[in-house]
Amino acid sequence: MSFSAIWGWFTDPANWQGTDGVPNRVLEHLLYTGLTLLIALVVAVPLGAWVGHSGRLRWLVTGANAARAVPTLGLLFAVSMFVGPLIQSDLAFVIPSITVLVLLAIPPLLSGTYAGIDSVEPAARDAARGMGMTGWQVLTKVEAPCALPLFLSGLRSATLQVIATATIAASVSLGGLGRYLIDGLASRDYVQMVCGSILVAALALVADGLLALLEKRAVSPGISGRAARVARSRARNSDPHPEPDSDGADRSDPDPRQAALVGSGSTGPVQATATTGTPSERDRT
Amino acid sequence: MTWALDHIGDIMFRAGQHAWLAGLPLVLGLVIALPLGWLAARRPRLRAVLLTTTGLLYTIPSLALFILLPPLLGTKILDPVNVIVAMTVYTVALLTRTVADGLSSVDGSTRQAAIAMGYGSFARFRAVDLPLAVPVIAAGLRVAAVSNVSIVSVASLIGISQLGYFLTDGYARSFPTEVWVGIVACLLLALVFDLVIQVVSRFLTPWTRVVAA
Repeated sequence: MSFSAIWGWFTDPANWQGTDGVPNRVLEHLLYTGLTLLIALVVAVPLGAWVGHSGRLRWLVTGANAARAVPTLGLLFAVSMFVGPLIQSDLAFVIPSITVLVLLAIPPLLSGTYAGIDSVEPAARDAARGMGMTGWQVLTKVEAPCALPLFLSGLRSATLQVIATATIAASVSLGGLGRYLIDGLASRDYVQMVCGSILVAALALVADGLLALLEKRAVSPGISGRAARVARSRARNSDPHPEPDSDGADRSDPDPRQAALVGSGSTGPVQATATTGTPSERDRT
Repeated sequence: MTWALDHIGDIMFRAGQHAWLAGLPLVLGLVIALPLGWLAARRPRLRAVLLTTTGLLYTIPSLALFILLPPLLGTKILDPVNVIVAMTVYTVALLTRTVADGLSSVDGSTRQAAIAMGYGSFARFRAVDLPLAVPVIAAGLRVAAVSNVSIVSVASLIGISQLGYFLTDGYARSFPTEVWVGIVACLLLALVFDLVIQVVSRFLTPWTRVVAA
């Protein structure tokens, strides 16, 4: 097992064409991931938004979280053993796997959406109502933008979960990059296993990076703390006598929304709280 | 049910292996994450670097990591050390953030009172910040424990013995009972881990009970 063996595998033209070629396997993996996320989003987002908005059926979110303790491998095997024989076509392998992937993607999406909507400040919600917004407008114009950071971090963990489990699903005959790992194991082709693993890891890292970028771009600057930071640095650089209104001083105290984000898995806003901590703490350390 | 009773010895043996593969990394991970989290809580810039790096490690799917570690560590693919190292990596990734969050959540006035009483930076960490952060760290450990128990079962695909064996074996033999036994055994083990962490955390934070009473 050496570097040149890995290099040799990646530069072998035979590994880049046909059903078993890298482009096709990557495409399959992306297809399963995309399809799964689409189905899971359609189920989880309206449900999570409704639970967060109305405050009813909260046990649904707790229950979904507890279900995460079920070993994914066991779920995969159990579902394919029951569902597989019921389907009389080539889809006998795809449908059970996608079902399990959807089941795994729902909890993070559901709790992300729910926690996002639930963390909206009651004052902001009341203000919106006071301005005469209808329930639908409150949801779409106030709650949704405020919930976006937590929702996106839920989407990130769901995506990673699906990419990882789709790999494992090769053991129940699903296509995708997992095939290299499982087939390599069966034929004791260790080079193929390592190369497949590199591809899987790279795919996961790229997907996560793209979603992190989306998180940075899509979240409103007022919520992520970007606006306050930009305004402050601008004030510091250009204006020696910053006006109290424009330098974002009203944002420097930790926002309850950001406090709720701590530990939720998103990096941006958490850093914002860290950098906007009370000056006395910063001076001492 | 009869199958489970007939094989209870085997199940307990593999549960022990599973507990070892999932539990040791929790301890190792906590030991590594404490100094890392402490650094991250003290230096905001380092925090970004540390959390991004550990986050990237956490991104790598488990089966891929189990296969990638042997050439990196120079171990055999069937060596359980690979699983221990992989699970430790995941635990560190989860706990560094939790430890940092827990330490930063300590009230500023508490911290200043400790400084005024003459605590040095390490003594303050040991006697004030760390105990107060225990509930947050315990919550992170519970998440890590449950996910470790689930991920370890994946290692049975590459032939490492633990409860996941019942899943792969049951599937290979088209014997659903065995798969269900494996799932239930994994769930029970996760529950045991969860309870142990909760009990230890309660024991370490007697003051929270006083407030609750």
